[in-house]
Amino acid sequence: MMNIHQPVYLEDKLEEVESSGKLAYRSQTLPTWCPGCGYFSIVEGVSKAMTDLGLNQKDTVCVSGIGCASRFPFFMNTFGFHSLHGRALPVATGIKVANDDLTVIVVGGDGDAFAIGGAHIPHAARRNIDITYILFDNGVYGLTKGQTSPTSIVGFKTTTTPYLNVDQPLNPLMMLLSYGASWVAQAYAGEPHHLTEMIEAAVAHRGFSYLHVLSPCVTFDKTSMTYKNLGMTVRPLPGDHDTSDFAAAMAAAQNTDLPQLGVYFAKERPTLADGLNEIAARAEATV
Amino acid sequence: MLKQVEGSVAVAEAIALCRPEVVCAYPITPQTHIVEGIGALVKTGELENCEFINVESEFAALSVAIGASAAGARAYTATASQGILFMAEAVYNAGGLGLPIVMTVGNRAIGAPINIWNDHTDAMAVKDAGWIQLFAETNQEAVDLHIQAFRLAEELSCPVMVCMDGFILTHAYERVDVPTQEEVDAFLPSYDPVQVLDPADPYSIGAMVGPEAFTEVRYLAHEKQLQALRLIPEIADVFKDVFGRESGGLVHPYRTEGAETIVVALGSVNGTIKEVVDAMRDGGAAVGSVSLCSFRPFPLTELGEALGDAKHVVVVEKSLAPGLGGVLASNVRMALRDSALPVYTVIAGLGGRPITMAALEEVLVAAAAGRLPDTQFLDIDHGVVEHDIIRARKTRRSGPTAENILKNLAAATAVAAGEGDTS
Repeated sequence: MMNIHQPVYLEDKLEEVESSGKLAYRSQTLPTWCPGCGYFSIVEGVSKAMTDLGLNQKDTVCVSGIGCASRFPFFMNTFGFHSLHGRALPVATGIKVANDDLTVIVVGGDGDAFAIGGAHIPHAARRNIDITYILFDNGVYGLTKGQTSPTSIVGFKTTTTPYLNVDQPLNPLMMLLSYGASWVAQAYAGEPHHLTEMIEAAVAHRGFSYLHVLSPCVTFDKTSMTYKNLGMTVRPLPGDHDTSDFAAAMAAAQNTDLPQLGVYFAKERPTLADGLNEIAARAEATV
Repeated sequence: MLKQVEGSVAVAEAIALCRPEVVCAYPITPQTHIVEGIGALVKTGELENCEFINVESEFAALSVAIGASAAGARAYTATASQGILFMAEAVYNAGGLGLPIVMTVGNRAIGAPINIWNDHTDAMAVKDAGWIQLFAETNQEAVDLHIQAFRLAEELSCPVMVCMDGFILTHAYERVDVPTQEEVDAFLPSYDPVQVLDPADPYSIGAMVGPEAFTEVRYLAHEKQLQALRLIPEIADVFKDVFGRESGGLVHPYRTEGAETIVVALGSVNGTIKEVVDAMRDGGAAVGSVSLCSFRPFPLTELGEALGDAKHVVVVEKSLAPGLGGVLASNVRMALRDSALPVYTVIAGLGGRPITMAALEEVLVAAAAGRLPDTQFLDIDHGVVEHDIIRARKTRRSGPTAENILKNLAAATAVAAGEGDTS
C-alpha cells in the first residue's frame, strides 16, 4: 500500500520502470489517449505480461481495428497492424493462419468489436483460433467524440442520443460464452495488477481467449462507467467459482450491475490450427 | 433566416425542414456533426414524426434506410470515406432498386494510409452505383442541394448523394440562409412513393434477374440519369422561384466568356479557383472556370458547350485513378470527344493537402503556355517520392511505404530544428 504522506519522486519511479524490462515492449510513440484514460493500464498490463511471459517482440503481433483503443499497436515495440474499422479479428486470423508460431494479440474497443465488427466475433470464437482478444470496453465511441456504443447503458446521454439512449446494451461476456470462446475473463482498468494477471493467463491459454476490460472514458462519460461507479461495484468472482462450469459462467455474466472480475470460463479444445493440421494429415493419408 | 452556422449544423437543419421520417445515424468523421445535429433537433421536438435510429455500422445505416424507403418512408442517412466503402454493396442495392434515399457524404480520403481529411476518393468509388451525385460548392449550396435532392429523388425514384467537402465545408462556419418550414413545404411535397407495398397487388422487391432482362433493367437506370439531366435544371429553376436564389443545376460557368483557359472542378475548391480567375483576369489573362454541380448524371452536352471556346482545359480534381490518372478528367474528355482541345489533369488536395491560389495560378499560366504535362500532381514533393523509390529498389525488405515516408519526414523535421542526428 502506497503511503500517501510519502512523496513519490519521478526519478525513483523511472529507475524502477527501467529496471523492470517492460520498456522493451514499448515503442517510442507515447499514447495519445486523454489523461486518466483506462487504456493506459492496459498498455502497462500488456507490457508487464509480455515481460513476465518472456515473449519475444519479433514473434508477437498486436492487431487492432479503428478507435481510441485501436491506437494501441503504435505504442508497442512489436509487429503491429492498425487495420480497418471492425476488421481486426479477420486480419488477425489471416496472420495466425499464415504463421502459427506468432503470438497474436488483438485489441479493440466496444464499438469496433460489437458494432461495426460484430459479425466477426462469433466466427473467431467458434473456430477457437489461438489468439488473445483484449476488449477495451468504455461504453462510448471516443475517437468520434462521444456517441452511443453497443455497450452504452439505457438512459446514457451522448451526442447522438441527446434524448437519452433507448437501446439495451449488449452483454459481451454472455455473447462470447455463447459463441464458444474457450477462455473468457473480465478485468478492470482500475485494478491494474489483476488486469496484468488476466492478460498473462489470456495469452497463455491455447485457443481463443477473450478478456473483457472495463475501462472508463474520462472525457465522454461522466455518469456511467466512471472510476467512481466501477470502483464501488466491481468485485472478484466468488472463490469457489468453477471455470469449467459453463452454466455458472453464464449465470455470473448476467450480473452486470455488480461486474465480477476473474476467469469466467476456461476449456481446452482443438484450435483452428489443430483442425487445419488434421485436414492436411487426412489428405496425406489418402495419397 | 441568415445565420452564422457550421456547415454540418446547417445541413442538419435543412434535412429536418425536409421532414424525413427515418434517419439512420452512425458516426464517422467528418460527417458526424450532421447526424448529431439531427439528433439534437429530434430531442427538442423541432423534428417531429421522425424515427432517429443509431445503428451499428454504415452498412446497417444504408440498409435500414433501404428498408425504410421501401416501406414508404422518406429516408435519410449521412456518411463519409470508409463508411461509403463499407456500405458499398447497399449503395449499389439502393441504386439498382431505385429507392429515393438522400444521403450526405462529407467527402474524405480513403485508406490505406488512413486519413481523415478531405478529398473525393470516397464519392468516386461509388460514382457508378446508379445514384445521382451532386457536389456543393458552399455551405449555402449544400443546404439548398439537400432540399432539391429530396424532390429530385422522389420525382425520379432514384437515390441522391449530396457531396460536401469534409472539414472545408462540414466544419466551416459560414453565413447561411436556412429557409423557413413554409418555404420548404411549398417546394417539397410530402413523399408519394412510386414503389408501395399494396396487399391488393403484392410483390417482393429484390427480384433475381438473369440475362433475359438484366441489360434492360440496367439501361433503365441509365435512362433515369438521362431524365435527371433535364430534371435537375428544372428543379433548380423552381427552387429559384420559391427561395429567390440560384443553387444547383448541372454546371456553373464563371467568367468563361472569351476565356482561353478554363478550369473544371467539383466542390468547394471552386471558391479558390474563382479567386484565382479574378486575380488573373485583373492581370489580363483570359481564364475562366466551370464548377460541376452534377457529377452523376454527367452533363456531357452542357459541359461541352461551356468549354467550347477554350483553347486549354485544366481539370483540378481531388481524386486519382492509380494507373490512369484523373477520374473527373476522363469524364471531361468524354464531353470533349468531338474536339481536339487539350485536357490537362491536375491531381490536387489528396488527403487534405491545401490547394493554394499560388499553385493554381502557376498551373494556369503553364497551361496557357502549353507547358503543362497531361497529368500532374499539385505541390507534390518529388524528393520524398524519389527517396522512397530508391529505398525500395535497394532493399527487398523495404517495409511499408507510408510508415517509411513518415519516419523520413519526422527525421528531416528534427534535423531542421537542430534536434536530429545528422550523421
